Amino acid sequence: MRVVIMGCGRLGSTLARELDGEGHQVTVIDVEAAAFNWLDDSFSGRTIVGPGEDIAVQNLAGVPSADIFLALANGDNRNAMAAQVAKHIHHAPRVVARIYDPERAEIYRELGIRVVNPTTVLDRLVRDAAFEPEPPTDS
Amino acid sequence: MYIIIVGGGKVGWGAARDLLGGGHEVCIIEREPNTAWAINDELGEVAVLGDGTEVHVQRAAGMARADIVVACTGRDQANLAVCQMAQTRFGVNRVITRINDPRNEPIFKAVGINAAISATSAIVASIEQEVGTSLVRLAELRSSAFALLEVVIPPDAPAVGRTVRELRLPPHTVLTLILHPGGEPEVPGPDSRLQADAIVLAVTQPEHQHLLQRILTGTA
Repeated sequence: MRVVIMGCGRLGSTLARELDGEGHQVTVIDVEAAAFNWLDDSFSGRTIVGPGEDIAVQNLAGVPSADIFLALANGDNRNAMAAQVAKHIHHAPRVVARIYDPERAEIYRELGIRVVNPTTVLDRLVRDAAFEPEPPTDS
Repeated sequence: MYIIIVGGGKVGWGAARDLLGGGHEVCIIEREPNTAWAINDELGEVAVLGDGTEVHVQRAAGMARADIVVACTGRDQANLAVCQMAQTRFGVNRVITRINDPRNEPIFKAVGINAAISATSAIVASIEQEVGTSLVRLAELRSSAFALLEVVIPPDAPAVGRTVRELRLPPHTVLTLILHPGGEPEVPGPDSRLQADAIVLAVTQPEHQHLLQRILTGTA
């Protein structure tokens, strides 16, 4: 699959390396060239420096012919805009945005974007870790 | 009317001052404390300190009862968020946005935010007018795909001496005013005749702009 990832931080770079290793055709966009240091030498995909919510930058990254666009930059507003550019301007068939703010996550879901909200996911995991009964120790 | 302006920079501040002067109730949401204080100092207690793209800040500013929300920040992604949140979460009917980078205009249009004002485009149009190209885009008509154009008819244009009927204008195109070189304005009919150096105001759709320009000026 052709995958374009905006945001080469911890999450973006991890996914980029994994998907590249699995044989997908990966392009990563980031505003900072230094962010690509998160990728290692084995990464065989493309990197593009620029604002990923920009229509022209998405063109350059091949979003119009991509199967999947992932908006994984740090700002919620930037991810939301980039996701909507990919969906409404370039008609990417699958668009996913990371939105930290649960309220905004809900709004963009209503607007038809696939949203992953780390806050609610972590909330569940932390609760489980906090309240899970200790496994019985055999002594 | 109750008007919320997100972003209290030069544009938001200026809009707030004029709207207050017009007797409207105005609230500015501004995230920089110094800017917010300066606004309160000059305009009265109208600024709310906070990130205008956060729902709790919008709620505190009373967005649920706002008649109009104006997104005036220097970042287009924030302006887009403000507009969509105001519409979706608070049911605000009229949202107006500033667009900082004209290249972002298509995404605002694509998600249905039509009241978009691009300062850069406006300035570019003014410069074109001053420099004297024969066609200037004066305005985008509100909530429609039409633009208002100003065209000066060059002396060597094929349109000189012809009537409006003979011009064979593109579809969805109307000439709304001819200002004759003598300074006489005329609301054009099919038999109105164009003279050299006349100024024509026309309404058309962007896709027909080049054809219209060729018909009126002979160049595109």
